[in-house]
Amino acid sequence: MATETLPVSRSRLRAVRRARLGPLSALSHLALLVWTVLVVVPIIWTFLASVKSEDEIFGGAWSLPATLRWDNYARAWDQANIGQYMLNSVIVVGFGVLGTMLLGSMAAYVLSRYTFRGGRALYLLFVSGLAFPVYLALTPLFFVVQNMGTLPVIGPFIGLNTYAGLVLVYIAYSLPFTVFFLAAFFRTLPQAVAEAAFVDGASHTRVFFQIMLPMARPGMVSITVFNILGQWNQYQIPLVLLAGDKDKWVITQGIAEISTAAGYNSDWAALFAALSMAILPMLVVYTVFQRQIQAGLTAGALK
Amino acid sequence: MRYHRARFVAGFLALPVLLYVVYVIAPYAQAFYIAMTNWRGVSATPQFIGLENFRRLLDDSVFWRAVAHNGVLLVLMPVLTIGIALFFAFLLNVGGTSGVAGIRGARFYRVVFFFPQVLAVAIVAVLFQQVFQPRGNGMLNSVVTALGLEPIGFLSNPDIALWSVLGVLVWQAVGFYVVLFSAGMASIPRDMFEAASIDGAGRVQLFFRVTLPLLWDTIQVGWVYLGIAALDVFAVVWVMTAEHGGPDSSTTVMAAEIYRNAFQYFRFGYASAMGVVLFFFTVGFAVVALRLSRRERVEF
Repeated sequence: MATETLPVSRSRLRAVRRARLGPLSALSHLALLVWTVLVVVPIIWTFLASVKSEDEIFGGAWSLPATLRWDNYARAWDQANIGQYMLNSVIVVGFGVLGTMLLGSMAAYVLSRYTFRGGRALYLLFVSGLAFPVYLALTPLFFVVQNMGTLPVIGPFIGLNTYAGLVLVYIAYSLPFTVFFLAAFFRTLPQAVAEAAFVDGASHTRVFFQIMLPMARPGMVSITVFNILGQWNQYQIPLVLLAGDKDKWVITQGIAEISTAAGYNSDWAALFAALSMAILPMLVVYTVFQRQIQAGLTAGALK
Repeated sequence: MRYHRARFVAGFLALPVLLYVVYVIAPYAQAFYIAMTNWRGVSATPQFIGLENFRRLLDDSVFWRAVAHNGVLLVLMPVLTIGIALFFAFLLNVGGTSGVAGIRGARFYRVVFFFPQVLAVAIVAVLFQQVFQPRGNGMLNSVVTALGLEPIGFLSNPDIALWSVLGVLVWQAVGFYVVLFSAGMASIPRDMFEAASIDGAGRVQLFFRVTLPLLWDTIQVGWVYLGIAALDVFAVVWVMTAEHGGPDSSTTVMAAEIYRNAFQYFRFGYASAMGVVLFFFTVGFAVVALRLSRRERVEF
């Protein structure tokens, strides 16, 4: 029509476009709301069930509780050992991530900024770990850790069913991605500052800890978040390495165990309370740090 | 200085390399050998039997069902997840009223959609075990029965259970890819959409002619990630389904069979052979995926 040949003002053009897209926008919101409901409702439903009595849970999935039964939480915390499992997870992930970041950044730094014979091969060796499915290593890993337990002096601390044993395995399996990511990051840092420090007589170690590491901070934060979540959510490895000692179990094992056991003991209310206790801290941490968490988790894919 | 430098490099690498070789490289290398032994039980001495385990695997109907299930997930999980995530990411970033701006509340939606990704897979599995409860106390079946329909055996019906597993996997993964694709779309220059829009492109055309080609690299990465995730599915099946992969092996996957054979039946050699097969499937998939999705890269 004529409008196509006549010059039109921007605002008019926008109005035309809006008219064309208007009803679609409502549909967009509808589609987005549907997925929001799909994500949110199962979680709210779990929180709701966690303060209901057994009868109320079986009486109707959507009924509201007559009174809030916080004793479900007490039972889950004490009898189902959720408190202990949480503590175990905190210990293992705390040391695991600390060790991963320290060793991972050291290896990544040397491999990315120093040229020496075999350096490239070592880097590729680390990165190749990204391609292997962990299930292939599961059986031999079990025996490696079992054999570690027979070493003199340190054996009892790093064998099967030990915190330190699991921590070392977590570190080792977190290294490929950590080294891969941090090496790429260290490569982008300028050399000038480090050179100035060398001229002033700083040692290699000192340059790393006092200059390069602080400069790599954004990368370190992302990959730390990535490793915390990865190790906190790990289920397969502790299932194999901590099988023999229930007191050392991590939170994912604990929750999975209650769901299996609930079939026999049928304390469903406590199961929902335990589930809520596992979800709530993640919800709080996520709400506070969601920017860093989204950046940390997607960092690898965007590289 | 030269001496210090060498000592520094060695000192910094010693511990990481030691841990990595002992806990990662050595087990992977051993797995290929163990796969060729008849090692059973914790104390028995393994004997070398060549490819016997692999020959037996060919006749193992449960393992092949597991492979088939992984195959179904390998095709459908990336397709559904990427499809849904692209749709939402597009709505969030360029679906606003002007056709080129983000929709209102985009940040809120992204935050909510991403949350399942933060939860442990094992926790999600327990959560959905309850959501899928067969009677009126299940979240979904209470709705189904309220509509006057028969309760659905989400996890108890062998014809349905695998779809429930797929649903949970997609439910958890979508948010991550919405955020990933959003980041990709944000790096596409706004003028491209504006120019296309002024030239009369509707939303559908904007999506297929502008967004999709410029986002291809990111989609390819997502496709490889999701495919590998589909081959490695374990916790959802092991924790959520009846009999760890049931009912009647209708949801079992390779990882579950590896774990079951190794740590419940103590067939270490046989389980390792399954692991080797899984390894070759993973490598094969990665090669094929990268080949198939290779395209001209659009520079912008």
